[in-house]
Amino acid sequence: MAIKSHVQTTINGETVEFLCESRQSLLEVLRDELHLTGAKEGCNNGNCGACSVILDGRLVNSCLVLGVETEGKSVETIEGLAAPDKLHPIQDAFLENAALQCGICTPGFIMSTKALLDSNPNPTEHEIRYWLAGNLCRCTGYDKIVRAVQDAAKASA
Amino acid sequence: MESWGEASESRLIGKRITRLSGKDKVTGKAKYTFDINRPGMLYGRILRSEVPHATVMGIDMSQAEALPGVKAVIPLIESGKKLRYQGQEIAAVAAETDDIAKDALRLIQVHLEALPHVVTEADAMAEGAPQIRENWAGNQSEPSINKNRDVAAGFEEAAVEVEATYHTPVQTHVCLETHGHVAEWEDEQNLTVWASTQGVFGVRRDLAQYFGLPPNQVRVITEHMGGGFGSKFGPGSEGEAAAKLARITGKAVKLMLTRKDEHLVAGNRPSMTQHVRAGATRDGRLIAYDMRGYGTGGISSGAGFVGPYVYHVPNTRTERVNVAVNAGNQRAMRAPGHPQGAFAMDSLMDELAEKLGMNPLEFRRINDSSEVRQAQYTLGAQEIGWHRRNNVPGAGNGVKKRGMGVGSGQWGGGGGRGTEARVTINADGTVEAVTGTQDIGTGIRTAIAIIVAEEFGLAPTDITVKVGDSAPGLPSGGSGGSQTTASVAPVIKTAAAAAKQKLFEHIAPLLEAPVADLRVGTGIIYVASDRTKTITWQQAAGQLGMESISEGGHWAEELRKGVVAGTQFAEVEVDTQTGAVKLIKIVAVQDCGLAINRLTTESQINGGVIMGLGQALLEERFMDAQTGRMLNANLEDYKIPGTFEIPEIKSIVFDTHRKVTGIGEPPCIPTPGAIANAVYNAIGVRIRELPLTPDRILTALAEKKA
Ligand code: FES
Ligand code: FES
Repeated sequence: MAIKSHVQTTINGETVEFLCESRQSLLEVLRDELHLTGAKEGCNNGNCGACSVILDGRLVNSCLVLGVETEGKSVETIEGLAAPDKLHPIQDAFLENAALQCGICTPGFIMSTKALLDSNPNPTEHEIRYWLAGNLCRCTGYDKIVRAVQDAAKASA
Repeated sequence: MESWGEASESRLIGKRITRLSGKDKVTGKAKYTFDINRPGMLYGRILRSEVPHATVMGIDMSQAEALPGVKAVIPLIESGKKLRYQGQEIAAVAAETDDIAKDALRLIQVHLEALPHVVTEADAMAEGAPQIRENWAGNQSEPSINKNRDVAAGFEEAAVEVEATYHTPVQTHVCLETHGHVAEWEDEQNLTVWASTQGVFGVRRDLAQYFGLPPNQVRVITEHMGGGFGSKFGPGSEGEAAAKLARITGKAVKLMLTRKDEHLVAGNRPSMTQHVRAGATRDGRLIAYDMRGYGTGGISSGAGFVGPYVYHVPNTRTERVNVAVNAGNQRAMRAPGHPQGAFAMDSLMDELAEKLGMNPLEFRRINDSSEVRQAQYTLGAQEIGWHRRNNVPGAGNGVKKRGMGVGSGQWGGGGGRGTEARVTINADGTVEAVTGTQDIGTGIRTAIAIIVAEEFGLAPTDITVKVGDSAPGLPSGGSGGSQTTASVAPVIKTAAAAAKQKLFEHIAPLLEAPVADLRVGTGIIYVASDRTKTITWQQAAGQLGMESISEGGHWAEELRKGVVAGTQFAEVEVDTQTGAVKLIKIVAVQDCGLAINRLTTESQINGGVIMGLGQALLEERFMDAQTGRMLNANLEDYKIPGTFEIPEIKSIVFDTHRKVTGIGEPPCIPTPGAIANAVYNAIGVRIRELPLTPDRILTALAEKKA
């Protein structure tokens, strides 16, 4: 049996401890160990953005981060975004703009958007497209996603 | 006669309604097959061939079996059998963690004897090529030949002729959720499978057959699924393997394909190469069409494509063959055979129009007998600003050149019999609609709620819709061929109408009115001849006491209709220094019949356009002739469109009648042709091969100069 490390981290504001092998990615830890399945696996090599989460304020592909790297850090995932009885404005904007179809890419897009608006509350359309270029969607035409981000920016302003 | 009523009478149908499952999807709560975790669940993985052609001489699984944490290892091919493409299944393992499963795969020893391979159509058809498919001399199927009237006589009447070869490469589906299953046996006889599938009942049937069980002892669940596009029907060998591993270990097994597997074995759109000679009369009538074409669907057949397409040609001769190569099998991909055929036909139309000195749109008008498309040409041309188009292709001296093009498509999508559904009204006023279809992202769940809510005077959110589960025993067909809405909607509508009738019968005495005089309003039921007699929906349902009303529906031919026409216009900007094609705008005018939900219908059109755009500009499977492997089996080198490739998309839901039609496939058909024609209009050089990459653009421009 491979040796497991003990990791203490903060996920969506709560202290979480887990054991993981050093080779396990953050995505695997979230999905398989902690059963937080909002972050999706679309490619497992950094090309689709379905696994996007925010690590210490930075947007990352969680399939490219090791679980052990999160020791002492803070992770934000889609599960922590909405308040108990109220969706986050970004989530509202995605719903209202019909910016999703099958929806498997949606948590990744929403976390990317969150990271964008956290650092740049007023992005231009070009900045939005640039920022979201690492998130793939095979169903929607992206157009509605870009509109949703614009609306979310307005709503958060 | 059943009918959907007039547009003016509809409160919900045809309006823009956000999807019911949207909230679960934006919060990450929606559970896809990939997200299912069962107690004690094991992880399955499949060992696949890395070589394109070999005989299996032996498989030694002992080391893998001995690895701690491994619970089962099964062979998926027998010794002595042949592996015929990279990615073909060799063995499967189930282990306590995914990483252990991966380790175990590395410990399986496979002894192979290599065989010569061919992975490109040209190599497969070359003189002396190794024959890789039995009975296919030269690796080609028997040609399928079709003739209409007299093609030679047709050419005699022709004033102009074009002879050209058009090619489209293999494209892969790239569903963002990979194929896969979670399988769990309740006991020896009862299997539950969560499947990422387009056909819950098809998976049930196939797995039941595989294990020799009655179908109702297999339960298949697909609550949410991450895209299929035609590639996810049966359980496939991975579904069988998952269920087998679960049976052996007595544990639930999750077995999802990797992204690489997806490209190699989970289906693809076959390639197309067609050599065509066509002629038109001086007054612009297509008169003769002679085409020889081939394509590859991998080791399998099924590489058909349409041609001639949409436009009427009286004298034709066509000949098609399938070419076998050592590569993964094709599967239906969004309008199989259509986008590639449409690209060739629409390119050909423009080439003929130019020889005639005609505007390509005029030339289409003369040869297109569809009244719907005639109207769409007018609307689309206005919307894109067709009058701004270059009169002389390639005109202008700037580095960046703009151009416009048009393309057309046609699809069925009329649905069919076979769906069963129940609509239930409970005494507390709640309503449930249940059927065995599945929502693969198209929004059928919401469409069902809209139909029932319209019938009952309620809001779509008042309706609990249960789809994607075989357990209630209400079958529905697979979601393919754009058939789902047209198959399901009539049955849901008649079930809701029957339940409403029952409720009316129940409350008519209370309202002291004949049943025929009762109507639903928003949240109420009232008497048409005396509007003072009104009760709320809640009160009406409350009259049921301990009972509930539960009614089935029936097929109603008159509620649906197939055959939809579509037209698209594209405006592009080509950078003649870099060869980059930038889409400025796409106008998609799509015949949709009665759009139950305008919002999701538009989304379907947008999505189709983007897939067509990918085919036009980006997507191509690359096979390495030397090693026989796919060179770009990932999402880095196999590009699909992203936010930067997306132009302004104007999706026009073109209402033609008030009968339900499917719309999943048709919007991806006209896009590649429209884009290719726009690129030609911009640069004045015809590229007859997709995708229109910078490399191909620059080469074409250089050849034009020379
Ligand atoms: S799964 Fe991490 S980028 Fe695709
Ligand atoms: S909505 Fe299906 S991949 Fe984006």
